[in-house]
Amino acid sequence: MAHAFLLLVRRDLRIALRRRGDVLNVLVFFLVAASLFALGVGPSPELLRAMGAGVVWVAALLAAMLSLPRMFAADLAEGTLEQMLIAPQPLGVLVAAKIASHWLLTGLPLALVAPLIGLQYQLPADALAVLLAGLLIGTPVLSVLGAAGAALTLGARGASVLLGLLLLPLYVPVLVFGAGAVLAAQSGIDAGAQLALLGAFLAVSCVVGPLAACAALKIALD
Amino acid sequence: MLETRELSCERGGARLFAGLRFALGAGALLRVRGPNGSGKTSLLRILAGLTRPAEGEVLWRGRPLDEDTRREMVFIGHASALSDDLTVLENVEFILELNGGKADRSEIKIALETFALERVAHMPARFLSQGQRRRAALARLALATEVPLWLLDEPFAALDGEAIEQLSALATAHLAAGGLLVLTSHQEVPIAAPATDTLVLQG
Repeated sequence: MAHAFLLLVRRDLRIALRRRGDVLNVLVFFLVAASLFALGVGPSPELLRAMGAGVVWVAALLAAMLSLPRMFAADLAEGTLEQMLIAPQPLGVLVAAKIASHWLLTGLPLALVAPLIGLQYQLPADALAVLLAGLLIGTPVLSVLGAAGAALTLGARGASVLLGLLLLPLYVPVLVFGAGAVLAAQSGIDAGAQLALLGAFLAVSCVVGPLAACAALKIALD
Repeated sequence: MLETRELSCERGGARLFAGLRFALGAGALLRVRGPNGSGKTSLLRILAGLTRPAEGEVLWRGRPLDEDTRREMVFIGHASALSDDLTVLENVEFILELNGGKADRSEIKIALETFALERVAHMPARFLSQGQRRRAALARLALATEVPLWLLDEPFAALDGEAIEQLSALATAHLAAGGLLVLTSHQEVPIAAPATDTLVLQG
């Protein structure tokens, strides 16, 4: 089982390495979208500091959404997905591998770049640390729930719009607690509670997301 | 070994076939024929466990299909299951390992030679022609001789004469060794089998 998981992660990373544009697109979108807000509201330091956490989180959500339609689409078109469904491996393990590689290729780079944008918004060092921690816990949620959404909209017309309508409401708690943790740190309150809630949300989505994704994939290929 | 009971299939509200029942033993070849849209691909997908039949069931060694029975089956559909960004060798290696096989690179190279793909082995699959893609998808059969059940959907489509000969030789050897083969084909390709059946779907 671990072998099947690693096999698929290795394959997806190898493919991503050969088409770096896909990964870079997401990162560049994130950087540009988050920077636009700063340009739009003007150079008032108080205003920037107050909205920095929210902007970074919203931009991260949108950037992660951007890459979701591709999660299963290429595998479906090639026929790899049907081979995955009839492989003698539990489908849940293969879906978990798809989620893991999606996070490694979008969530993780987004989280690592985010402190740079935080600097742009003049966030203090401890708030940056909380921002990074929050994103490291929160972005896997985006990949896990995103997998369910991507599987449900697989092959549908206008999949990316549908995906947004389906997922953005589910992402609201991640946004609220993720940005809330940074705001708490900025006002000198312990951010542990918000981060713990993010963790709880991750745990719940890890149970629900892959199950929904497996069921949706089976229906999509029926 | 492979048995269907009162199998029926519906696609898009239309009934393609109903009450289909057959049983295949070791060394049996089943040719599925019928006009376009008569349900040949649907039947193969049902046998592979991808599509759920409207009624009836498929039994392998007397048991319904599950994760373990999949180890004993190879399904090659219309799509070649090749990633454009991986080389032919990497693609074949991946699909073999996904199916629980241990893929040895030198063995894969021999399998690729069977289908005259050694020159493109290290080329990304996006540069392959339609026939070469098809051959790359079929190359895993040369390493799947231990897997008893082969389900092949239009395996001869887009293949040249030499590749058709190679494939029918592989199939003949597989059947002689007691394997089972279910294939759909519009072409009349000679495959020697201990037992040959033809199933005609009317559409």
